[in-house]
Amino acid sequence: MASDYTPTNVSRRAVVLGLAAGSFVLSVPLSRLARADEEKNGKKKYGGEAMSGGLKDDPRIFLSIADDGTVTLLCNRAEMGQGVRTSWAMVVADELEADLARLTVNQAPGNETKFGNQNTDGSRSMRHHFVPLRRIGASARKMLEEAAAAEWGVAPEEVRAREHEVVHQPSGRRLGYGALAKAAGARDVPAHDALSFKTPDQFRYIGKSDVRLVDNMGITTGTAKFGIDAQIDGMLFAVVARPPVYGGKVKSFDATEAKKVPGVIKIVEIKSPDIPSGFLPLGGIAVVAENTYAAIKGRSLLKIQWNDGPNASYDSKTYRQTLETAASKPGKVVRSEGDLDSGFAAADKRVEATYYIPHLAQAPMEPPTATARVTKDGCEVWCSVQNPEAIRKDLSKRFGLPIEKVIVNCLLLGGGFGRKSKPDFASEAAILSHAMEGRPVKLTFTREDDIHHSYFNTVSVEHLEGGLDAEGKPTAWLHRTVAPTISALFGPDPKHESPTELGMGAVDVPFAIPNLLIENPEATAHTRVGWFRSVFNIPHAFAIQSFVGELAAAVGRDQKEFLLEIIGPDRKINAKDLSDTWIYGENPEKYPYDTGRLKGVINKVASEAGWGRKLAEGHGLGIAAHRSFVSYTAVVIEAAVSPEGDLTIPRVDIAIDCGAVVNPERVRSQLEGAVIQGVSLATISEISFKNGRAEQSNFDGYEVTRIDASPKEIHTHLVSPTGYDLPLGGVGEPGVPPVAPALTNAIFAATGKRIRSLPIRDQLANTV
Amino acid sequence: MTNFTVNGKPHSFDGDPDMPLLWYLRDIAGMTGTKFGCGQALCGACTVHLDGAATRSCVMRIGDIDGQEVTTIEGLSPDGSHPVQVAWRELNVAQCGYCQVGQIMQAAALLNEVPNPSDEDIDAAMTGNICRCGTYPRIRNAIKQAAGGAK
Ligand code: FES
Ligand code: FES
Repeated sequence: MASDYTPTNVSRRAVVLGLAAGSFVLSVPLSRLARADEEKNGKKKYGGEAMSGGLKDDPRIFLSIADDGTVTLLCNRAEMGQGVRTSWAMVVADELEADLARLTVNQAPGNETKFGNQNTDGSRSMRHHFVPLRRIGASARKMLEEAAAAEWGVAPEEVRAREHEVVHQPSGRRLGYGALAKAAGARDVPAHDALSFKTPDQFRYIGKSDVRLVDNMGITTGTAKFGIDAQIDGMLFAVVARPPVYGGKVKSFDATEAKKVPGVIKIVEIKSPDIPSGFLPLGGIAVVAENTYAAIKGRSLLKIQWNDGPNASYDSKTYRQTLETAASKPGKVVRSEGDLDSGFAAADKRVEATYYIPHLAQAPMEPPTATARVTKDGCEVWCSVQNPEAIRKDLSKRFGLPIEKVIVNCLLLGGGFGRKSKPDFASEAAILSHAMEGRPVKLTFTREDDIHHSYFNTVSVEHLEGGLDAEGKPTAWLHRTVAPTISALFGPDPKHESPTELGMGAVDVPFAIPNLLIENPEATAHTRVGWFRSVFNIPHAFAIQSFVGELAAAVGRDQKEFLLEIIGPDRKINAKDLSDTWIYGENPEKYPYDTGRLKGVINKVASEAGWGRKLAEGHGLGIAAHRSFVSYTAVVIEAAVSPEGDLTIPRVDIAIDCGAVVNPERVRSQLEGAVIQGVSLATISEISFKNGRAEQSNFDGYEVTRIDASPKEIHTHLVSPTGYDLPLGGVGEPGVPPVAPALTNAIFAATGKRIRSLPIRDQLANTV
Repeated sequence: MTNFTVNGKPHSFDGDPDMPLLWYLRDIAGMTGTKFGCGQALCGACTVHLDGAATRSCVMRIGDIDGQEVTTIEGLSPDGSHPVQVAWRELNVAQCGYCQVGQIMQAAALLNEVPNPSDEDIDAAMTGNICRCGTYPRIRNAIKQAAGGAK
């Protein structure tokens, strides 16, 4: 058995500024300022301040400097491919005036009381933490400078930190960070208003594109530790047979054959919760074994009778009809401007269309997996998770342990995309360790488990109607969005999209159309609906941006020109004027919907992509733009459809305005990935249900884009306002929503065929 | 009893010969560099070299590898200096990184056979390796860069 696994890799060198980077140190008293911030009340909080745990910026919590000068930074957000560990290092090293090569990044364990919010979701990490990170670096720099000044007995104004040392300018004396760390660590953390920050021209790393990933070596040599790689002495391995239908329970089971498999140790029944089951595990029959293979083999020999429960007849084909029927009738009004009827009365032309997007599974390449050890004294978990605090809360309640006794070690995530925001798999591992009397248990979802038991992106029907006057100007806009809501996970049976979901592109439509009505008829959830990279923005943007293309075509206009026109003049729209009460949790004053910025990305992407250029036969250009996670994105796709109806994508251009860009190289990689994930869901990915069960099981049925179908070229364009004072927008998700409609608009341009139902799959056969 | 080598070291296994090599490597030998992604030869995350050929370890019965040489990512190069690994770092190919071990093993096998692959060669060789994060454009570029560097 492999040796013990030490997740936080605590430096053995003396650590003198701040605390050791280990996971089990006592909590630090909050700096006076952090406390003062927390005590500020009576004001509505937004952004990171409003998140559980809030924002922390005490350098003594996050930074340590060893006597050889090595700086260790604790990263408090989950790394799942967005590059957060590298970007964190860039920001802190820059403000600290540290040499990035002498900085190592360790991963903080779950503990929101100590580290602030850790729920890595909603494209929030840099958006919320850029300023606190700068403060961490700048305060530590100031503490080092003050320590040097005291050492030399000179005025602090005469010293300056530069490249990992502090220099006394008049005398040229210098001291390295290692030599100063101890004295610096003994000083008070400076007040916020005593901090000075670099100006952008002084940045060494922020905004620069030549930074290598801090995890590159581990990833390319196989030594990087993902959640699934945890190795704990004496651990056992388990898989669970879960109810195939949401709400199902075990009626009876026979494990005789399963127990005969060499290596199978124990069969454990996990009680299924009543639904709605929130984030609780689904229950079922677990097989605990000496290795994963024996557990899988044992599970295949279980004979289980299920009570399928109330969702046993969930069928995607009939459910689609149910949604379509709902979309054909008026529903709950969620935004209304002007008077729709008079808008249509003034119209010369009326266009309508109905769009469909099926459920999707996140299918991160590392399936959900967790290892847990539960004893009467406490509980320790090793896993890859987006929201460690959710695990701590669940296990603390489940086992009656104080939350401090629940330790969650955060390893790298082999992708998350929203799936690993849920603690269900960690709960299962802990339940099984408990059943095994404290033996550590690694619980693995096989790919089949992952695809059957995702928290699926919603399924949706979007119905749109538009009126156009004789000049081709829109006079009326009706949008009915019908989709089961994530809130149905928590009951009591909500049937409408929540403000969060409506605020993902449905109500926050920035169009200058005088008469506009947005409705949300009822839909009932029959499976677990959850977050998938960019969430409800996917169906909303697909429908809206497709429909803009349809309106343009109806009046023979250029898509891009029409899109710019429908957005109208440059203006900053307050969220309340869009009936958007969510706006991604941000302050509406700081984050108005800026139509100038939306038009900016459209113009940028169009000019970079050569909008209007001459194309080969069977090729077409399509465009789409969308704001999500308070960033603005636009995409132009060149699609090519062969006479047989085979689709290829020669080129994609994508532009983002996410405010100031901290790590341009990672912003580009997120956009590249978003394009490919968008192409995947547009072309081939679908989860469908029959008899309550997901019909797909693995990457043969649930297809995702592979290299040969990936766009031949992806060009990324960063439209960033200058300066770093502007509030930042999200990056991880906003690239996804405009991809599908840009593609279907391009297909329309290439073939005249309008795709209204995703995935495209073989809908193009024999159309050309 | 099955005898084989992993990265040049002798291994022997007398358990269930149906066990896929992947689970032997990960759960019994404690070598976690090789990843589990699908268990059905559909994603390439588990790719190793078996007598030099890229092989999906998740469907390779351990009973069938007697006398063969297994190379995993841990043995591709002693210090991460294989041209494919170097190119992967220079181009920051990885996002989450989880699929990349399989991608690297597959790409290294490709370059052994086709030292200067075309785009078509790359697509054909790499299509069995899924990257859910969407790093394909950089994988293409990194393979070409590694091919150039290996000349
Ligand atoms: S795990 Fe072997 S191919 Fe997917
Ligand atoms: S880098 Fe995440 S799956 Fe490939």
